[in-house]
Amino acid sequence: MRKMLNVLYVTNPDAYLSRDGENVVVRVDQDEAFRVPVHYLEGIVTFGYVGASPALLGLCCEKGVTVSFLTEHGRHHATVQGSPRGNVLLRREQYRWADSETRSAELAGMFVMGKIVNCRAVSRRFLSDHKDVTESEDVQAAHALFARNVLKLHKGIGLDEVRGIEGDTARRYFGILNHLIVAQKDDFQMKGRSRRPPRDNVNCLLSFLYSLLMHEARSALESVGLDPYVGFLHRDRPGRASLALDLMEEFRPYLADRLALSMINRKQVCANDFVTTDAGGVFLKEGARKIVIDAWQKRKKEEVQHPILGEKIPVGLLPYAQALLLARHVRGDIGKYPPFFWK
Amino acid sequence: MMGPYNEDEFLPLSGIQHFAYCARQWGLIHLEAQWVDNLWTAAGTAMHERVDNPHAIESRNPFKTMRSVSLSSCSLGLYGVADVLEVHNGKEHGKYNLVEYKRGKPKEDDCDMVQLCAQAICLEEMLALSIADGHLYYGETKRRHVVKFSSDLRERVHTLATAMHHYYRMGRTPAPMRSAKCQNCSLSAICLPKLGANQHKIDAYLAAAVLDATKN
Ligand code: SF4
Repeated sequence: MRKMLNVLYVTNPDAYLSRDGENVVVRVDQDEAFRVPVHYLEGIVTFGYVGASPALLGLCCEKGVTVSFLTEHGRHHATVQGSPRGNVLLRREQYRWADSETRSAELAGMFVMGKIVNCRAVSRRFLSDHKDVTESEDVQAAHALFARNVLKLHKGIGLDEVRGIEGDTARRYFGILNHLIVAQKDDFQMKGRSRRPPRDNVNCLLSFLYSLLMHEARSALESVGLDPYVGFLHRDRPGRASLALDLMEEFRPYLADRLALSMINRKQVCANDFVTTDAGGVFLKEGARKIVIDAWQKRKKEEVQHPILGEKIPVGLLPYAQALLLARHVRGDIGKYPPFFWK
Repeated sequence: MMGPYNEDEFLPLSGIQHFAYCARQWGLIHLEAQWVDNLWTAAGTAMHERVDNPHAIESRNPFKTMRSVSLSSCSLGLYGVADVLEVHNGKEHGKYNLVEYKRGKPKEDDCDMVQLCAQAICLEEMLALSIADGHLYYGETKRRHVVKFSSDLRERVHTLATAMHHYYRMGRTPAPMRSAKCQNCSLSAICLPKLGANQHKIDAYLAAAVLDATKN
């Protein structure tokens, strides 16, 4: 497996990114705040209205470093990427598959199966770590539903049904997340899933983590030569990275939700870290964004045994490993796409 | 000489050494633009930087030395660059000598010889002459090794070039060929040579996950 390099997260809205030789230089008010050789990086993610010089963007494109510009709250503005890696023929095959109902249903089914299995694992693992928390009927019913849906997906079903199952399971899963919050319960309760804007602290934290994950999924797909914009589970919509969203499904519970839960339960974030706008949107304060990013960076460095590749890899490389397997499947090397199941 | 290929169909000559080593390796690099830098390839680039200066023409008798010479062949359908081409001025006036620089030491396989021979075939076509041998220079031994362009070697070059064009036209990356070579292959991390044979492992993995998810 290739080596995991660093992602540079720039949260200061007054920062400006420029190039000096082979270095990425971050300036604040004309002063150099940080400098790093470009070959230590595999991505740059900026929050807020950070500027970047064309020379810096050129350098990043040349070196295969993906640069994402997000709003200060993590919504996506733009991504700058060099010319596509990989094979136009692989992309064509991907488009043919996306046009095929059967192929799309098969792959969508796998992404959703990965998601459900991992949702269930997050909840199960929580319950076995917190023996004092009694398993409510809600949770039992949700687990039973997950089991039924996984069976259906394994049998193979049509695309609409897969999408139906996905929506259904997601609702039930978000419904039981509140049971998995054991600290600061008054401040952290989810009232359904809301995204635009997030309307409570839990939704806000999840959305922010998903935006970090999105950057990883998108650049992983690019680097193996797949088109992040053409998906199987998610339909085409102009400007939406549907395949990146597809690939994210299996990672949301394992990489993002679990981290959000443990940050809340360990009181690494608290109510004070969030602001509510007049319109009811909830956002992370700048200091808290740094805390979340630090936790994310740490998480990415943990190692996990990859069940198919049979080697230990850093958690941060999982999206890449799965993108690689997806490309191998589209290319015909393997007959099925194996999602990453967390054990 | 006109050959079966026109310029639009030309493939990079440097690919023939990859193809000779492993057809899949060539496919990953040349069809899919996947490339993993490792120590070896980095060292190779550094050495080539010294050689790859097309404007440096030295005139040290009895040779005229040209560097980074562009080559192509219609019969092979390949184009590329030779590291060094020497033209003799002295006794052997008009004799051409190709030199290809390689890091490391002479290899057991014929990849480097194949590449040199392909260059020679290009040159023969371009200049309408015949070339009997050339040199491989290895960084580790710091020595030139003579390569005779035998009819067997030439035939191997033609066979490989034809196969390369075949795969290229199909647009399919050749399947992995698991062998001892995989251990030294800088692309094994993205090739995943063991994966294809392990379909039943993937099926079992899926089935186990389903079983697990239905237990309480
Ligand atoms: S890992 Fe093995 S099969 Fe794959 S490209 Fe390298 S030598 Fe060929």
